[in-house]
Amino acid sequence: MDDFIVRAMLGGIGVALLAGPLGCFLVWRRMAFFGAALSHSALLGVALGFVLGINLSLGILIFCLVVALLLILLERQRMLASDTLLAILAHGALALGIVSVALIEHLRIDLMGYLFGDVLAISREDLVLIYALVVATAIALKFTWLPLLSATVSEDIAAVEGVRITPVRLAFVLLIAAVIAVGMKVVGLLLIVSLLIVPAAAARRVSRTPEQMALVAMLIGVLSVVAGLLASLRWDLPSGPAVVIAAVLIFAAITAWPRRRSRAHYPHV
Amino acid sequence: MNPTPISQRHGRDPVIQHELLIEARDLCVSFDGRQILDHVALEIMRGEIVTLVGLNGSGKTTLVRALLGLLKPDRGTVRRTPGLRIGFSPQRVHRDAILPMTVQRFLTLATPTPRARLQALLDEVGAGRLIDSQIADLSGGEFHRVLLARAIVREPDLLVLDEPLAGVDVASQAELYRLIAHLRERYRCGVLLVSHDLYVVMAATDKVVCLNHHVCCTGHPRSVARDAQFIALFGPHVAETLAVYTHEHDHRHDMSGEPVPLAGSPLSTETARRSREGSVEDS
Repeated sequence: MDDFIVRAMLGGIGVALLAGPLGCFLVWRRMAFFGAALSHSALLGVALGFVLGINLSLGILIFCLVVALLLILLERQRMLASDTLLAILAHGALALGIVSVALIEHLRIDLMGYLFGDVLAISREDLVLIYALVVATAIALKFTWLPLLSATVSEDIAAVEGVRITPVRLAFVLLIAAVIAVGMKVVGLLLIVSLLIVPAAAARRVSRTPEQMALVAMLIGVLSVVAGLLASLRWDLPSGPAVVIAAVLIFAAITAWPRRRSRAHYPHV
Repeated sequence: MNPTPISQRHGRDPVIQHELLIEARDLCVSFDGRQILDHVALEIMRGEIVTLVGLNGSGKTTLVRALLGLLKPDRGTVRRTPGLRIGFSPQRVHRDAILPMTVQRFLTLATPTPRARLQALLDEVGAGRLIDSQIADLSGGEFHRVLLARAIVREPDLLVLDEPLAGVDVASQAELYRLIAHLRERYRCGVLLVSHDLYVVMAATDKVVCLNHHVCCTGHPRSVARDAQFIALFGPHVAETLAVYTHEHDHRHDMSGEPVPLAGSPLSTETARRSREGSVEDS
């Protein structure tokens, strides 16, 4: 296999490993809109990275972290329904991003690559960034898994039991921002949220505990990346959308699978 | 790490020990200029069941949140005895089928606990066969029992139960109150109950605090029921029914409905009841 294909596979798998558990929390906490708002604003990070003269992936990462913090502050205002506010921000930021990238004279980027992913252009530095993040996320989740899960079910009970809600929520949002920033390379800013949500949703049906669901979501994510990239090579498909289609097909297959009527799941019936 | 059983930390004698668990003084909370709590004071002793009653919107849940530290009061203080462990069962917990969660896993969110002990806890609250059920599949009444189990997993010094009767049918309500009284003795904890359901509440209550943004009146159920402010708030009919009900309650009913004397509990003796009766404080 060619070098760039190996890098694409490794990068995609790394992002899928990140997206599994974090995507689960995103759906459990009903924050899909939050993820979308964050990813849509990432193009502004490209412009920022260019202006600052740093690695564009790093520019996106920093920008996403900052936007995530701003969104948390905004959410405290209850003036608008949260999904409305997030939709306004998402599309406003995307439009602003496209315009600013077009306005910067010497910035020649592949806009389609940012919108839909360009996994075959993953560089060594990108790989280092992705796997550094995989390690950092694993460490962060080791310490925050239980409080985060407890706060996801009930913030009040968790707080009374001694969980400090704000740091936990902050850590989670920063992790989401990070996975979105690096995941953009694989499936693009318009599709990255689906890489978080679709494997998690597919895993729900076959899981009985949150931990099972996170592991299965990782597995489904990796499968989707491998299948999508192979299909993209074989039939010359755009790689990001091919990965997403693979994930959606797995979701559809699991959802359509006939439910075995087992009382074991409902012992109280 | 297992917490020391409460029974080893404290003597076994009277149910109410004169150990102050939590004390709120002069609490004021307002939202958007509306005064929700107006100079509210409340204290709970170990072994005491305090019931907070009041109409909808009278500030009951706000007071509970302030006591739990979930809300910072504009004014006033909440003092807890150092190291106080609280078990909390909120009025509502949003259950979503997208999150797979067995009852066992739900209970271990509080603290890692072996399955055998969880089974014993669930048996104690009458939810023994639910240990492997998904919480999203439980009925309202079943989930309240599981919430109660979650509240006692850490062997609390203080149980705070916000509307534990929501979604529980009338027949099960009496049983649930007996259960709460049992837990109070078993864990030697104080209990703060919030309810707008007056009839059953009073049966197992040592002290009623009637809230209407401020504390209207407080005292033993029977004397509160005769209090002018209480009658004004809930109407004479409710107060009358209440007085009769608490007066008759020197027995409980077993599973077949037969009356069983409330022996063994120091609270149930008529002397203990009389001694607290006179103490109604209007404010």
